[in-house]
Amino acid sequence: MSRRDIAFIISTLIAAAALAVVPTITTKESVINLLVLVYIYVMMASSWNIIGGIAGQVNLGHAAFFGLGSLVSRILWTKGWPLSISLILGALVPVAFALLIGAPSFKLRGVYFAIGTLAMAQILFITTRNLFPMISSLPTEALSTYSLAPRYYMALGMTLLTVLVVFWLSRSRWGLGMVAVREETSAAESLGVSALQHKLLALCLSALFAGLAGGVFAYYSAGYYLFFPFFPTWTFDAVMATYIGGTGTVIGPIIGAVFYVLVKEILALRFVELHPFIFGTLFILVVLFLPGGMIQIWSRLRRLLVRKSTLAPSAAKEEQVPETNMVHDRPAVE
Amino acid sequence: MVETLVQNIVFGLLLGALYGLAAVGLSLVFGVTKFLNVAHGELLMLGGYASFWLFNLYRVDPFLSLPLAALALVVVGVVLYLLLFSRTVKMDEEQKVQTTMLIGFGVSVILQNLAQRLWTADDRSITTAYSRMSWTLFDIRFPIVRVVSMVVALVLVIALHQFLQRSYFGKAIRATVEDWEEATIIGIDTHRVYLVAFIIGAALAGMAGTLVSVGYSIVPSMGLEWTLVCLVVMTLGGLGSIIGTFVGGLILGVAQALTAFAVGGAYRQVVGLLLFLLVLAVRPQGLFGVKEG
Repeated sequence: MSRRDIAFIISTLIAAAALAVVPTITTKESVINLLVLVYIYVMMASSWNIIGGIAGQVNLGHAAFFGLGSLVSRILWTKGWPLSISLILGALVPVAFALLIGAPSFKLRGVYFAIGTLAMAQILFITTRNLFPMISSLPTEALSTYSLAPRYYMALGMTLLTVLVVFWLSRSRWGLGMVAVREETSAAESLGVSALQHKLLALCLSALFAGLAGGVFAYYSAGYYLFFPFFPTWTFDAVMATYIGGTGTVIGPIIGAVFYVLVKEILALRFVELHPFIFGTLFILVVLFLPGGMIQIWSRLRRLLVRKSTLAPSAAKEEQVPETNMVHDRPAVE
Repeated sequence: MVETLVQNIVFGLLLGALYGLAAVGLSLVFGVTKFLNVAHGELLMLGGYASFWLFNLYRVDPFLSLPLAALALVVVGVVLYLLLFSRTVKMDEEQKVQTTMLIGFGVSVILQNLAQRLWTADDRSITTAYSRMSWTLFDIRFPIVRVVSMVVALVLVIALHQFLQRSYFGKAIRATVEDWEEATIIGIDTHRVYLVAFIIGAALAGMAGTLVSVGYSIVPSMGLEWTLVCLVVMTLGGLGSIIGTFVGGLILGVAQALTAFAVGGAYRQVVGLLLFLLVLAVRPQGLFGVKEG
C-alpha cells in the first residue's frame, strides 16, 4: 500500500468517527435525517460507480437492485425475521438477480446494455407497483419505540463498508482488470483478462451494495410505498451524482452524492424543485466538457498549483543549468 | 367476447400508429447521426403541450396546429443540436452513442421539470367538439380523432419515406448513412445532413405529441415511457427501415392491447419491454432490420 492509500483509509476512518459523534452532539432530527439520506446516496453512487464507472458499463437499472434490496429486507423484517438476516438476504437477492441478468445482458453491445438494463428495471418497477400497491408501515409497537440512533449508525457503518470495499477493489487486481476491460476490451482479453468475468463481478458487487442501501432504507423508513425504491429516479440520481463527482474514482461518487443531497435539500427549503435544472445542467456540462467531474477540477487545480510552486525554482534552475553543466563538463573535457 | 377482442385490437392499431410515428423520428435520428436522443419522449411531450395551449388559448384546431407544433420543435431541435449534440459529431461511434445518451438523459430531466413547473403535473388532453364522436362498423367503435390521427401518422411516414427515397437531400441523407466519409468526399455537407435529420426527428416527435394530446392525454412525466416505447419499436422494426419501424409500432400497439385484454391494463407496458429484451437477445438487428457489417 502506498502512503496515499494509507492516508485515504485513515482520513476515511477519521471522517467516519467524527460523523459517529454527531448524534451525541445534536438532537435535531432534521440533521440526522439529512445525514442518513446522504449515506444512502453515497452508497447508491459508490455502488453504481463499480459497474458504471470502474467497469465502464452504463447501467440504467440500478434502482432494481435498490428496490429488490429494500423489498426483501422490509418484508422479511416486518414479518419478524431478525434484522441482520433480513438485511443479508436483502443484499443477496439483488446479487442473484444480477447473476441472472448479467450474462445475457453483457452480450448486448455498449448502449444496448444501458437500454436493456433500463427496460429490466422498468419491468420490475411496474410489476412491484401492481403486486404491492400498498404502503408498508411499521406496526404500532415498533413505531412507539422507533429511534433514529441505531438507524443512523447502521447507515453510517454500511456506507463506511461500501466505501472501503470500493477502495480495496480499485486497488486490487480485479479492479484493475475492470478498468482494463473498460478502456480496451479486446486488448484486455488478449492478455487473459476475461471481460465477462470482470463485468459480472462488477455488476454483482454493485448489486450487493445497492441492495444493502435498500436494506438501510427499509430499516430507516417508518412508512413508504413498497414500490417507491424501484422508481427510475433512484438510478438517475445515482448516475448524476457519480458523474458530477467524478466517475471511475473512489472519492468522486462520495463527493458527488454529498453535494447532490446537500444542494437538493438546501434548494428544497428555499425554492420549489429547482434542483433538477441545476443537476441536469451540471450533468450535461460534466459529460461534455469535464469527463472527470468535480474531482478533475481539483486535480487540475492542484497540478496548476504544483506547477506554479515548482515553476519558480525550476526556472531559476534552468538559468543555472548552463553554468553547472560547464562546471561539470570541464573536467570531462580535460 | 370476440367483439371485445377485436375492439381491443383496433384500439391497439390506432395507438400503435402513433408509436410508429414517434419511433420513426428517433430511428431516423439514430440511423443518420448515431445520436441516441433519449429526450425524444420529452420532445413529444413539448409538441403535445404546444398544441394543447394553442387550442385552449387561441382555439386553434389540433389538426391545424400540427405544423405549428412541428415548427416549435424544429426550433427546440436546432437549439439542442447546436448547443449540445453537435459537440459529439467528431467522436467515434460507440462514444458518440453513449455521450449523446447521457446528454439526452440530462435534457430529459430538465425538460420534464420545466414542463412540470410551467404547466403543473396534471393530465391534459384536447377536447374538441368532435372528440367524442366515433364511427361504428359491425359493433366495433372507431373514434374519429384516433382514426384521423392514424391517417395523419401514415401520411407523414410515407412522405418521409418518399423524401428519403426520391429527393436530392433525402439521397444525401441516405448516402451519409451508408458512408459519411465517402459522402463528404463527393461534396455532401454531413453537418447539414445531421442537423436536418435531427430537426426532422424533433418535428416528427412534436407532431406525434399533438396527436397524443388529441386522442389520449399528456403529462410532463410521460417522456420516459414514450422514449422506451420508441426504443422498443425501433428495435422491433430494425434500423434503416422507415416502413419497418412504423409496422413495429403497430405490432407493439396490438401486443399491448392483447396484454391488456388477457392480464389487465396494468401490465401493458411490460409486454413491450419484454418483447424488446427478447428481440435484443435473439435478433439484435431488429425484426425487419438489415444486419450491420
